Amino acid sequence: MIKKTVTLINEQGLHARPAQLLAAEAMKYKCELQLIKNDDNSRICNPKSILSIMSMGAAKGDKITITADGLDEEKALKALAELIENGFGE
Amino acid sequence: MTTLTGIPVSSGIAIGKALILKESKQEISKKTIENIDIEKMRFEKARKEGIRQIDAIYKKTLKSLGEEKAAVFHAHKMMIEDMELVKSVENYIEENNCNVEYALHEVTKNLILLFKQMDNEYMRERAADLQDIEGRLQKILSGNVEEDLSHIEEPVILIAEDLTPSQTAQMDTTKILGFITELGGKTSHAGIFAKTLGIPAIVGVNNNLLEKLSNNQKVAFDGSTGEIYIDPTKEQLQILGHKLDEHKEYIKKINQVKGKSAKTIDGFTIELAGNIGNPKEAKYVLDNEGCGIGLFRTEFLYMGKEGLPSEEEQFKAYKSVATLMKEKPVIIRTLDIGGDKQLDYLEMPKEMNPFLGFRAIRLCLKKEDIFKTQLRAILRASVYGNLKVMFPMICSMEELNKAKELLEKAKLELEKENIPFNSNIEIGMMIETPATAVLADLFIKEVDFFSIGTNDLVQYTLAVDRINEHVSNLYSPYNPAVLRLIKNTIEAAKNNNKWVGICGEAASDPLLIPVWLYFGVNELSMSPNLLMEAKWIIRSISNKQLDENIRNILLLNSGSEIKEALIKLNKEIL
Repeated sequence: MIKKTVTLINEQGLHARPAQLLAAEAMKYKCELQLIKNDDNSRICNPKSILSIMSMGAAKGDKITITADGLDEEKALKALAELIENGFGE
Repeated sequence: MTTLTGIPVSSGIAIGKALILKESKQEISKKTIENIDIEKMRFEKARKEGIRQIDAIYKKTLKSLGEEKAAVFHAHKMMIEDMELVKSVENYIEENNCNVEYALHEVTKNLILLFKQMDNEYMRERAADLQDIEGRLQKILSGNVEEDLSHIEEPVILIAEDLTPSQTAQMDTTKILGFITELGGKTSHAGIFAKTLGIPAIVGVNNNLLEKLSNNQKVAFDGSTGEIYIDPTKEQLQILGHKLDEHKEYIKKINQVKGKSAKTIDGFTIELAGNIGNPKEAKYVLDNEGCGIGLFRTEFLYMGKEGLPSEEEQFKAYKSVATLMKEKPVIIRTLDIGGDKQLDYLEMPKEMNPFLGFRAIRLCLKKEDIFKTQLRAILRASVYGNLKVMFPMICSMEELNKAKELLEKAKLELEKENIPFNSNIEIGMMIETPATAVLADLFIKEVDFFSIGTNDLVQYTLAVDRINEHVSNLYSPYNPAVLRLIKNTIEAAKNNNKWVGICGEAASDPLLIPVWLYFGVNELSMSPNLLMEAKWIIRSISNKQLDENIRNILLLNSGSEIKEALIKLNKEIL
């Protein structure tokens, strides 16, 4: 299992559009993926689910830890981290 | 007569009869079931039907409102297909041996609650998306059809507790004069859709609106102020009626030119482009059918910050606009700071005459590092679209040469670092000082294009600080000295087969647009919301007919006479 922590930079946080982009990207990979907001391990979210992402209520400046476990874990981690770090192209 | 207020979300006046939309609340009760698999199958079937419906709405919305507005239905589709939602509902069915309706209701109820508790207003309102989806699935499960707003027979003002995005997107604008909802806020979909559809709307009226009103009761409201009049008085109706007439006339004008080109009656075309102050505004230019960005002010990157923006930060901003606009031209003006715009972190000296002082290109040529960082960022972004670079406030050939030299330096650096850029990026300059307007024939040989900045050109030609209230009345773009300088500039460009635009406020002045056409300018760039009006004016003009008129007007010897003559002309042609 590998993981990486990135900071959310887009103004409106993980609202519908970025959540949709993130979920669409996550669904491309076979590995197990998880999102954790600000090191709060009590609530783990599933990036392959748009509702799960949106229910995180992540706002600008929040630290998002992505964990990936499986065959294509490296590719998946890189893709998701880049998407968040680039502010979803907003 | 009762007066209420709500949150204005879409401007315009609506006067008419109320139609109260009461969502038939479906009673969802818990039922114990025998066969779990049948419930799961019903859920799957309902989801499939829901997706089919949403696809249809998506297509319809894409056509009527554009891709950005339709995107929400794409998100809806993803939510219906969401594996967490499906799993949660199926688990609920299994654990409670209950019907799918109840399971779905309980699962979405918890999610909605979660959304409603969030700090972010935007996210709170996304609860509406979930409600929309649940409502759709429940209706499918029960066999009921959705309250279809397209069956309304006569024009009405719609009153509802809340409207779902799908209801709003499907409204027939000839039947719905406007709508008022009890719930909702500034960023709710309903409001955003209303604005795009051009329907006046007020949301967030928290005074038990539905109970105060009955069907067919007379209602009037102003979507720009949020004022609602139930059983309005004669005087109120008169005032609103007058506003309504004006608004209708305006909308009619604008709608006539939508989708058409900016062409005069006798076939002369002109490019209409938008001025923007940050990347987010670029989409408004596209929404208003602008054919490019004639002025991308870059000061936003520098202002309201602790320090200078990095090359990366700038690159991202320029790239985002280049990517959005695709092949359409985007003219990026390099930093125009100083004058009335100061940066605290640069510790610039206080000046007696800031507009004649250390500003714009003068500052950039002294602080080469700042300038080169910006040029590198523009060059790097230039491979993502059709970017052009433009220097502001040039007064002398030495300044232009120095600026171009630094651009070449930046190119060399990037080349050495193997970073791609468009080596043929077009270079232009603002004509905003009389010095360059007079020498336009010399300057045009050194650049690819001109853009005339009328705001500063008027100020420098007439020696008027327009912020100074004692002299601001002397500020006039109609002054023949200003018009001659502009004419000289445009002619110099045309004689050399180069492109010339106008990007100051005068570009969109309805009185002056005929003059710009007469001068033969290639492009007018303005605030995106003025683009449609400008197009309408251009399409009402016949260039040939104007020629003699304008020629005579330009012979007048004072700004006030010229303005008066242009007002008269304007009344004749429009």
